[in-house]
Amino acid sequence: MNINIEFYASLMKYLPPGKSRFRREVKVDDGITLSRLIEQYNIAEDQAHLVLVNGLFVNCGADRDNRALVEGDVVSIWPPVAGG
Amino acid sequence: MSWTRKILRVDLSKGSCTSEALNMDWANQYLGQRGLASKYLTEEVDPKCDALGPDNKMIMATGPLTGTMASTGGRYSVICKSPLTGAIACSNSGGFFGAEMKFAGYDMIIFEGKSDKPVYLLIQDDKAELRSAEHLWGKSAWEADDIVRATHQDPQLRVACIGRTAEQGCLYAAVMNDKHRAAGRSGVGTVMASKNLKAVAVRGTGGIGNVNDAEAFIAATNDGKAALAENAVTGQGLPAFGTQVLMNVINGVGALPARNMRDVGFEGAENISAEAMAEPRKSDGKANLTTNGACFGCTIACGRISTVDPTHFSVKDKPQYQGASGGLEYEAAWALGADTGVDDLDALTYVNFLCNEDGMDPITYGATVAAAMEMFEDGTITTKETGGIELKFGSAEAFVAITEQFVTGEGFAKDLGLGSKRLCEKYKRPELSMTVKGQEFPAYDPRGIQGIGLAYATSNRGACHLRGYTIASEVLGIPVKTEMNDTDGKAELVKAFQDATALVDSAGLCVFTTFAWGMDNIAPQIDAACEGDWSVENCLETGERIWNMERLFNEAAGFTADDDKLPKRLLKEVIKAGPTEGQVNRLGEMLPKYYEARGWTADGKIPDETRQRLSL
Repeated sequence: MNINIEFYASLMKYLPPGKSRFRREVKVDDGITLSRLIEQYNIAEDQAHLVLVNGLFVNCGADRDNRALVEGDVVSIWPPVAGG
Repeated sequence: MSWTRKILRVDLSKGSCTSEALNMDWANQYLGQRGLASKYLTEEVDPKCDALGPDNKMIMATGPLTGTMASTGGRYSVICKSPLTGAIACSNSGGFFGAEMKFAGYDMIIFEGKSDKPVYLLIQDDKAELRSAEHLWGKSAWEADDIVRATHQDPQLRVACIGRTAEQGCLYAAVMNDKHRAAGRSGVGTVMASKNLKAVAVRGTGGIGNVNDAEAFIAATNDGKAALAENAVTGQGLPAFGTQVLMNVINGVGALPARNMRDVGFEGAENISAEAMAEPRKSDGKANLTTNGACFGCTIACGRISTVDPTHFSVKDKPQYQGASGGLEYEAAWALGADTGVDDLDALTYVNFLCNEDGMDPITYGATVAAAMEMFEDGTITTKETGGIELKFGSAEAFVAITEQFVTGEGFAKDLGLGSKRLCEKYKRPELSMTVKGQEFPAYDPRGIQGIGLAYATSNRGACHLRGYTIASEVLGIPVKTEMNDTDGKAELVKAFQDATALVDSAGLCVFTTFAWGMDNIAPQIDAACEGDWSVENCLETGERIWNMERLFNEAAGFTADDDKLPKRLLKEVIKAGPTEGQVNRLGEMLPKYYEARGWTADGKIPDETRQRLSL
């Protein structure tokens, strides 16, 4: 199935080659979990600080382990960041 | 003790400068900077006074840790009654000016009265004198800074001054220091201009020699620095990407307001983000971001130093703007960018330079232009008012043109200088002003994030993210993640952030340390530096005391619970699309709980028992 991944800030280096600044459409195994996706891209757990699926937060741990992605999902990931 | 125990009092009506002892009873109750100067203000200024009259006072105040080896210990604040809101104003700035003031031997400078001619204050250690500033009046803040330092031939002289917008009566003018650091909000620069005070130049050689327990202080500040370095946000994220890294985060979670908060979500966000600032551009291969920068004593270094593409229309014929200068921070990038619908990074950087050069708050300025743009699009305002400029959302050309007019006081400048509340009232569209207590919102939509709406509504200086930055918890998960759209627990969360921030703002520290530090990191540094009890409990109670004192000033100025409110747009107009679709802010669910958590009455008043508990 195809999903979209978005990696920001220092995680941009984990994006496969492509034209868009942050986003790539990628092919993944059907029903892949969020944790497995993060692992596949070699993003350390403590670097996947803010993780959104379709704009909604998914907490680390069991929520990510149990979250099976579906076709067309948009997964956005940030390292620990802040501002204001 | 870290306090110098000395105040400089400058009577501008008489032209006198006298030093006096710091009230140590008040210092022990209110610590310094925001808290202590607000105490002086509440004791010496009638809250009902005309903010731009001689009875208002302006205080420049340091904290006990300002100028010390504590990380970020370079802060100072400007405190007065605000001409924009009529409420208490306290604007905090970094750079190097605050530490220099401390080295000259002063905890604070109180300006009172009004000079009959433009003057500047020159402080060289214990020598303080007023000098004519007639040659500086009409100059930008950058020009004035250069002239003062050239006059005194001292490269280490530190200057805080106002630009032309303050002189022209813009109600949200800033006090600029070190050229691109600003005591930016609530019009403190306008108050400075009202006193005919153009600049304060300080050189101090005294250092800080009176830390209460030097050994404990070195240990506590070293621990603090280690915590900042080890923390991923303060050690890596902020120095690399600055606050601007939030542009995509806040857009991604569905809480980035756009086009005068008419929309939530901005399609151009990524073009004005921290990541875009770091990309090489086509013309010269350089990035917008030249380097990061740090204020005095700071080990985070979140500041942005930027250049505009020299081939960009805004600067191509203006070599003076082609060098590196203070770049976009998140709140400014939002107000100047998403709120006006402009996603041209170079145009926004140039406008930000102009905000620094002539000293206006970019949040209120951007939001006021955004309100004008909405009125232009619906025909309330026409090219007749704007001097021929097609002031449409998204037009970088129009935004640059109107800003260049604005800083010189031409065209539509007088109207824009009113701020959005008065501007929208003038054109009979008060509902389009996105303000609380007359001050414009920063970059987080309270429809998407509930707690920040309560923080905005109850902020003592009008809409402001820095009075209770619940975004840390509601979005960023610091110290713990709370749900953005929940209202449960938000009253207590807002109170906790407000009280802790009041203490940090009174210490001489930067609030960004709190991404890594809790009060158990901060209290030991204050406790080692200052005599008296500065335990975690006492620090938190001091923060709460300061918050309540500010509220009492506002109450005496005429504010009531009716002013703890949000514009109807944020309570009634639902978010149209995205992950927060259908949401509004539910202030009504949170406000009564907030009053209760504060120990106030149901109508937001501070009862005797709460006053007694806090020794107010």
